[in-house]
Amino acid sequence: MPVAKTDRLPIRSGEDVVRVRQTVRTRAIEIGLSLVDQTKIVTAASELARNTLDYGGGGEARVEVVHEGARRGVRLTFEDQGPGIPDLAKALADHFTTGGGLGLGLGGAKRLSNEFHIESTVGVGTRVTIARWK
Amino acid sequence: MVTDSSDALLSVLAKEEPRILRSWLESLNAGDSPQTGRIRDAELRTQAQAMLQHLRDALGSGASDAKSEAFAPLRDMLGDISRSRALQGFTPAETAHFILAAKDPIVEALNGTGDPSLAARAWPISRLLDQLSLHTMEVFLASREEVIGRQGQEIAELSTPVVQLWDGILALPLIGTLDSSRTSVVMENLLQAIVDEEAEIAIIDITGVPTVDTLVAQHLLKTIAAARLMGADCIVSGIRPQIAQTMVHLGVELNVVSKATLADAFALALRRTGRAVVRAKAPAPTGEDRT
Amino acid sequence: MDRIPILKLGGALIVTIQVDMHDRLALALEEDLTAKIASTGARGVLIDISALEIVDSFIGRMLDNIAAVSRVLDADTVVVGMRPAVAITLVELGLELTGIKTALNIERGMALIRSRLDESKDEARSARARRED
Repeated sequence: MPVAKTDRLPIRSGEDVVRVRQTVRTRAIEIGLSLVDQTKIVTAASELARNTLDYGGGGEARVEVVHEGARRGVRLTFEDQGPGIPDLAKALADHFTTGGGLGLGLGGAKRLSNEFHIESTVGVGTRVTIARWK
Repeated sequence: MVTDSSDALLSVLAKEEPRILRSWLESLNAGDSPQTGRIRDAELRTQAQAMLQHLRDALGSGASDAKSEAFAPLRDMLGDISRSRALQGFTPAETAHFILAAKDPIVEALNGTGDPSLAARAWPISRLLDQLSLHTMEVFLASREEVIGRQGQEIAELSTPVVQLWDGILALPLIGTLDSSRTSVVMENLLQAIVDEEAEIAIIDITGVPTVDTLVAQHLLKTIAAARLMGADCIVSGIRPQIAQTMVHLGVELNVVSKATLADAFALALRRTGRAVVRAKAPAPTGEDRT
Repeated sequence: MDRIPILKLGGALIVTIQVDMHDRLALALEEDLTAKIASTGARGVLIDISALEIVDSFIGRMLDNIAAVSRVLDADTVVVGMRPAVAITLVELGLELTGIKTALNIERGMALIRSRLDESKDEARSARARRED
């Protein structure tokens, strides 16, 4: 899948999470996503970036503009070297939380994207990739 | 690779252009697929001339494959022609005929020279024109698909009008089957209308919806929840008995305010916004009422 | 650290959120509002989010918490001006914020709060009347 543009953003603080949201918004507007779709992907990005910060101990977000045939989309990858998630199925279920939140982060982000992929190894880290297509 | 035979070929094509054009245009205007009427003769002639010019340019560069770079201007031109034909409502056969009709005159012109080396070029050129006609078909179909896609979008928007019943009261009469793409258009239209009209109450009337499955019910519930987050209440009206039954069987609980008819829902909406409908005058007595 | 200003108008507190809040700012607002409700004895809290382009689960939880805390402190919270795209996304996210009162705009939100203020005034008056009997 050809990648037209890549931004790499560190996630070390709450301000970084805001910056990730803003970058995702800019790219979503660039590829012509509708207002509702923009809002969905930005919200998903916010959930995942917060997870990276709060549970992964910080990490990196990669924001890419991708092409597949005539379709354009934004693909986001969140990576951390944190403790990892022992039980993915449980973590994806709604209202599961270890951080005192509502526990809608992972499951919510999945519902807000067209594609969702997660890899996690205990003691190594977690990588979540989501995409939203126009 | 420009050879002597290429030069000869180009000079024949140039010399014979008036005759090629004439019989090409004749064939376009004759037979089962007349291209006149919808397209003016002068326009057709300009298109045919431009095509021959591009063909000569491409052949002059020594290219023989319709997909090669040298043929790009010709492909673009044919693409534009088929796109406009598709929008004008030509059939695929009529569109392909434009380029295929050039075959005979060109082959005849080459054979007419009596030069065997030129006659031998007729076959590759005819194959080239076949390739180009396939290209026109591809563009034709793609533009048709574009039209269909756009129409689908328009239908989705047309079929979901949001009407204002009263100051602050909106109605969304849904008609036809709801799939998830249409429902999301409906949902966005309604919510936007709530903002635009500053509506407190929105009535979603589903009298015209033949079936409600779990997915549609979920979409309805989501719309209602979203409207509530924005500060507006929804009333669902016109749930037909069969639909109510199906929903119960499916285990879908529409936990919302629901009224039998749009009129009932409207009356409730008026009451909630502090209004009432009263009869200004007693109805004219009918025969049976008279004592 | 910057904070979101809280205005007091009659018996109500008004907050207009106009920046893309990071989480600490949201938490600070929650604390400030709680303190202010207690110190002013406000009976209504109006939070205008019409400028917010997204409400994620964190902000959603903040709104929920403010509503719950203000209920305990005998005040009503009304969230006004949520944009359609934000509302759709929140529902998709699974957050319906059923414990929060909502209104289309500040005007409607204030009307809601005012009706509540009038009610409590009436109650106070009738309570006084009972004592005087």
